[in-house]
This record gives sequence, C-alpha cells and structure tokens, in this order.
Amino acid sequence: MTNEPLLNIQGLRKAYPGVVANDDVSFAVGKGEVHALLGENGAGKSTLVKMVYGLVKPDIGTMTFDGAAYTPGSPHEARSTGVAMVFQHFSLFEALDVAENVALGMENPPPMGQLAARIREVSEEYGLPLDPNRLVGDLSAGERQRVEIIRCLLQDPKLLIMDEPTSVLTPQEVEILFQTLRQLQSEGTSILYISHKLEEIRALCDGATILRLGKVVGSCDPREKSARELAELMVGTELKTPTVASHDLGQVALSLTNLSVASSNPFGTSLKDVSLDVQAGEVLGIGGVAGNGQDELLGALSGELLSTPESVKFNGNPIGHLGPNERRTLGVLAAPEERLGHAAAPDMSLIENAALTANIRKNMVKNGFLDWGKAKAFAETVIKEFDVRTPGSGNAARALSGGNLQKFVIGREILQSPDVLVVNQPTWGVDASAAASIRQALLDLASEGAAIIVISQDLDELMEISGRFAALNEGRLSEPRCTIGLTIDEIGLMMGGAHGMEVAHTHQSEGAV
Amino acid sequence: MITLEKRPTPSKLWSYLTPIVAVIATMIAGGIMFGFLGNDPVAAIRTIFWDPIFGEFAFYYRGQLLVKAGPLILIAIGLSMGFRAGIWNIGAEGQYIMGAIFAAAVGLAFYPMEARWLIFPLMVVAGAVGGILWAMIPGILKTKFNTNEILVSLLLVYVAESILASVSLSLLRNPDGAGFPGSRNLRQYESSANNELIAGWGMHWGVVAAFIAVIFAYILLSRHIMGFNIRLTGESPRAARFAGVNPDRLVLFCLGLSGALAGLAGMFEVTGPAAQISIDFNVGYGFTAIIVAFLGRLHPIGILLAGMLMALTYIGGEAAQASLGLPAAAIQAFQGMLLFFLLAFDVLTNFRVRFGREVTA
Repeated sequence: MTNEPLLNIQGLRKAYPGVVANDDVSFAVGKGEVHALLGENGAGKSTLVKMVYGLVKPDIGTMTFDGAAYTPGSPHEARSTGVAMVFQHFSLFEALDVAENVALGMENPPPMGQLAARIREVSEEYGLPLDPNRLVGDLSAGERQRVEIIRCLLQDPKLLIMDEPTSVLTPQEVEILFQTLRQLQSEGTSILYISHKLEEIRALCDGATILRLGKVVGSCDPREKSARELAELMVGTELKTPTVASHDLGQVALSLTNLSVASSNPFGTSLKDVSLDVQAGEVLGIGGVAGNGQDELLGALSGELLSTPESVKFNGNPIGHLGPNERRTLGVLAAPEERLGHAAAPDMSLIENAALTANIRKNMVKNGFLDWGKAKAFAETVIKEFDVRTPGSGNAARALSGGNLQKFVIGREILQSPDVLVVNQPTWGVDASAAASIRQALLDLASEGAAIIVISQDLDELMEISGRFAALNEGRLSEPRCTIGLTIDEIGLMMGGAHGMEVAHTHQSEGAV
Repeated sequence: MITLEKRPTPSKLWSYLTPIVAVIATMIAGGIMFGFLGNDPVAAIRTIFWDPIFGEFAFYYRGQLLVKAGPLILIAIGLSMGFRAGIWNIGAEGQYIMGAIFAAAVGLAFYPMEARWLIFPLMVVAGAVGGILWAMIPGILKTKFNTNEILVSLLLVYVAESILASVSLSLLRNPDGAGFPGSRNLRQYESSANNELIAGWGMHWGVVAAFIAVIFAYILLSRHIMGFNIRLTGESPRAARFAGVNPDRLVLFCLGLSGALAGLAGMFEVTGPAAQISIDFNVGYGFTAIIVAFLGRLHPIGILLAGMLMALTYIGGEAAQASLGLPAAAIQAFQGMLLFFLLAFDVLTNFRVRFGREVTA
C-alpha cells in the first residue's frame, strides 16, 4: 500500500427531492485495500457507490482516482477509468448463455470463441469455475454472481465495487468468494465492499467508513472493533435484541404433505415434495439461497399458487385448493417479499393498500361495496401501532421508504390477528431498528398463539427468532431442525442440498477425525 | 438546460390540468396549421369550437352534439374499465355493430306488431347481448388459450362488418325496399323508435344510457370492490392476484361490460339517428371512443367531458369544412394533435420540469 490513495472522495453531496441521500461524504480507498462501506439500508451507501460508478452525478464535491480528477459521466467512463461494479441485483439475461452475457457488459468484447476461453481461464485462476456455454437461466444465484464478477475481472479493474455480494450465497460460497477477493487484493486491486453484515466485514476488510443518514459518522479498522460496536456506530443507538418469551406450543396449525407445485415463472423453481408442520405459537424459519423456491412456497401458502387440497392443511382441514381470500377468511395470511408490486400496489394510497388484504377480516365490504372509512381507520391503526413514518394514510405506497412500507405491510397482516402467518424476507432492506421491531412483533404474535413461517435469506435473523430451521434447495425442503445447537456448517449443508443423511455423514467423519 | 425530474407522487393538479392545457395547445398549433392553409386561424378555431354551440346555426348543431357524444361516451365508459385493468378491447366497433344487428333482428322479428313496452326493452337487452357475445370471443380465447385480445377483438371488427354487409343484403333487408340494401326504418316503427326525448336537444335514450353509465362507472370504480379490483389489476397485476383477484374472471367481466355498452350504443344508434341497418351503418364510434377514453383519463367524468369535446370537434370540423372549405384531412390532423398534446403534457403528471443548469462536480 502506498500513501497515495486510489480513490479519494471529498465532500460529496447528493440530494433528491425531499431527501438528502449523501451530505459532505469524504473518505479514501487505498491501493490494494479492501474498504468497507457500512451502514443501514437507507444510509446512502447505494447512492454513494452509484456516484463512484458514474450512474448518478453528485451535486457538489470532488473525487480523484489514481491521483487524477475523476468525474465519471456514465458507467462507461467509470469502466474505462478502471472502476467495475457487481450489483446486488444481477443484470443478466436468463435466456442467453454466460459468454453472451459477459460480452454484453464489455466495452469491446473479443470474438466469442476467444471470450469463452478467457472466461474459462479467468474463472479457474480465481477459483470461480464457470462454464461459458451454460444458459444463465439454469444457474444458481451464486453462479450468476460469478458471471458478474468475471465480467468485471475481464476488464482488469483497479477498483472493484461489490454491493451486498453475500446476500445470495451459502456460507460455503461466501468463503470461496472471500478467497477470490483476497487473491485480488494481493494482486493490488482495491475493493469497495458494501454490506451490513458485520462479521463479514471484520473478516475481510482493512478499513471501514460508516454512514448514517447520508453522513459519515466514523471510520475505523473493523478488525479492531467488535461486531456490536460496529452495529452501534451504524445505528447510532444501543441495539435491542428481540426477546423470545417462552410459551407452550399448541396443536399443529399448518401442515404441508408432499406439496409439489409448478412455478408460474419459466425460470422459477418448482416445489418438490415439501412437507412440514408448524404448531400454534411456533416460529419456523426457512432459509436458503434466493431463487430456490421461496417465492413459490409463499405463493403456495398464500393461495396464489393452488395445489391438491390435501397437500396443504390448516387445523387438519384441506385448503390447498383455496384461493387467497378464502384462506384469509380462515385465518391464513401472508406477506410476500416484493413490497412494491406484490404486497402493495405502488401508486395506490395506504388506505387502498390496507383494503388490499384486510377487506375480508376487517369487514370492509358490505354487499360488494367498500367501506373506505373502515379502511382508513385500519390503515391509520397500522401506521400508529407499527410506527410507519408517513405524512398520512392518503400517501401513495411508493412514496414510503422501504423500511416504512415493510412495517406497514407486516403490520397490516399482524393486526388482522392471523392464526397462521407466512412472511418472506420480512426485514429485507429495512434498517436495523425497524428490523428489530418487526422481529419483535412476529415473536409477540407467536406468543399469542399464531403459527409463523419466516422465509428469509438472513441466517442471523432466522437463528434469532425461529425455534426450528429448515432450508429450501432447488425446491426441496430439508428436514426442519431445532435451531439451538445448529452450526453454521450444518446450515450451509442444508442449504447446499445435503439433506439429513449427508449431514449425519459429515458428523460421523468429523467424529472419526 | 431543461431537465425532467420524477415526482415522488403523481401530481393531482396536473392530472386535471393536462386535458385543458392540451386543448389550448391544440387550438394554438391547429390555428397555425389553418393559417398556413390560408385561413384566418381565429375564424377557423371559432368555427370549430364556438359556432356549433353559440353561433348562428347553433340550434341545428347543438342537437347533433349529444347525438354524437352519446355513443362515444357510452362505448368509452365500457372501454375505460378494461383499459384500467390492462385489458385492451380494441374491437368496440365490432361489438357496436353486433349489438345493432341483434337489436334490429329482434325488433324486426316482431314487425309489425305494436307493443313498445315489450319490444323496445327486448331490443335493448338484445343489443347488450349481441355486444357481450362478440366481446366474449376474444375473452374466452384469451382466458383459455392466452391469445392477445388486442388482435382478436380488432380483427373481429372486420368480421362484424362483413356480417353487417351480409345481413343488410339478405336476412334483414327491407322486403318492401325495392331491392335496395338495408333494413326497414326502425324509427318509423312505433315499437322500436328511439326518438328525441326533448325536441331539438338530440337527447335520445342512448344519451340517457350514457349518462347512467357515467354514474354507474363512477360508483363502481370508487366504491365497489369490483372497481377496486379493476384498478388494482391495472396498477399491479401481481398485487391483484395476491389480493385474491381471479384474472380470468376479470378479463371476462371487463370485456363483457365493454361489449355490453358498445352493443347498447349500437342498439340506440340503429333505432335512432341511423334508423336502419345498412352496409355503412358504422362510422367509427368504436374506434374514436378509444381516444375519448384516454382523453378523459379513463375517468368517468373525464370521459363525459372528453366525449362532448370530441363530438364538438367532429361537428365543428364538419362546419369548418362546409363554411371555410377546410380539407377533411386538416380536421383529422387537428383531432390527432389533440391526442398528441394530451399524451405529451401527460408527462407533467409524473415529472416536474426544471430549468437551469445542472450542477456538476
């Protein structure tokens, strides 16, 4: 590492109508440094890296790259300067193969045959084996990320930006990724690593800049701080960990027996022989890498995907053939992952969005006519009880921040007092304090006797709130196991497709060694 | 530099203001066009917008206004329901024709029996049924085989036109008509006549039906769960499915409703202003209604006003052709401008215009 930093940022500010995303942000990334950008969702990390990558122009402030002034007008300019970025949401075409996808993201792609050879070579070199001829639609999330990374590496970047790269990986895959990143670092590539997973940052990064509400609140060497200290710097207050009230579990409220459902999406994952039982008062956590059947499982439980009647039972009665509203009448509710466009209609008001799922259980419909007064009252109750920050219930859903809308969506279901609640990614993109309150609300609901299924990719979250844990892998569900005593290795194997027997096998071999 | 900036929420003010601004812009741009054609722009605009209502011959034109606006509004209300849900019925013209044929067939089957209390209501029902049946073809094909309703409904217009020509020449041809194509005059047949309710106003039962449809649509959209589901499906199909909306049922409902209203419009037209089934019975109300629906922002009250405005440009356009000798193409270009400006100014509902240089680092 030389004294001259590779990227130096001075006083960047970016304001959007109504929000200041970044204000007076300054930091530097040294050559060959792995620098963490740490902050809650909404702290302004994404805006900041978009400015570095030329997607967004800063209002004021300066950047220098390798000693020269750096004002990227477009990602194209950023790439030619030596900045590459791996996005959290992949920009890949599922119907094209790996080499074609890589070529699309390059400035001057070489001929296909040559490119395929280069891909093979680079992927071997960095321990990310990848077949250039495979269709991206057939790849797992981890493999898709490799496509993105290799696309970046082929451009020989000096600075590689990675936005929440581990959210789609199993623990084993994370380890492989880290080896690759360390190899890159040893070759002198700087990495700007965005995450809110503190343990990862402590394991990987040399320096960290912490953002809160768009401003730099501190910088530190993450290896010298504890995860808790980092978290409190990030959130700005002391963190409350949700408390699990011990209570007795009731009868089996929801049971799935050999549930098989085809996905409605051609590149989706069909559910295969999924079986599970959830008792009243229990929280069952379902982990797994994204795209392994989570959406389909939620759909099959909410009633958006229908199955044979007997494969889904509520209190012993078959409900697999019932649609969403019939299930709501019975008390089986759901909150999908995608807030805008699935759980809520973006351009509709919160009042209308309250009526979207609550019109049945809250008796908002009489003779086919909606009682908007009741809908408004319910929307306002949700806003009040779940501390949703919005100027009023008449605001459009898309005007809310992700965390606030998530609180609204989860609150809307919880306040309908469900007997069974299924949530997918309940705290995705939600700041730490909102996430804590959502988790607490779920636990409180369970202690009142509801059966809850939490589908999430955040393993820490699942370990924190669920009594039992199972993992989805290629549409199959592992045998649920008690979370207490479950090691990260075992979880990784459950997510990677090694069910029951193979886990036991690992235990034996460990025992033998 | 001028930049467009996305508004956090769509502007209510601009969504009401854009149609007015669009009309004003059309007047200006249209005036310039008429000027280039060698006419006095002010006189041309006045002939189109002012004279039909307040001018010397207004007593004639005023009645025409409702006659033309009635079917446009009735059809556009039906179409707007589907359009709001993302169901694109482009074939209202065909449903309009089929409604007229069905109604005329029922009426003529009773001829010359006189029982208005029975025959006229039966014809109303037949008109709606004819429209529904014609609209169900794209509906069922879409729900069963996932065909594109835009293509199917549009192509069925040409099928309906062929049927219209065929029945005018054979099945429904006036036996006492000396072999001329076209049916008996339904207006002269007491039991089926849809005459003006108030002389000189152009107000016939079809116009009444259009007003009722406006009120019905307004209540449906704002108060009823069905209207909520329609809006929800249009905004976000996935959220609608989550809310328990059955997409197939909604497709059939929306197509059925727009078919029924188009069929009714056909029924009131064939028994009123058109007076008979003939080869050239349809004059494009079904297509113009699409413009009316969008000009009215797919909102019932908006459609009411847009239908009136559209009718005015038709009547005023005809008047301008007659009195100023403007070419018909210029009038069509003028109407096209209206839609163009509406869509262009629509941007302001979702975006804010910023003047001045963008500050860059």
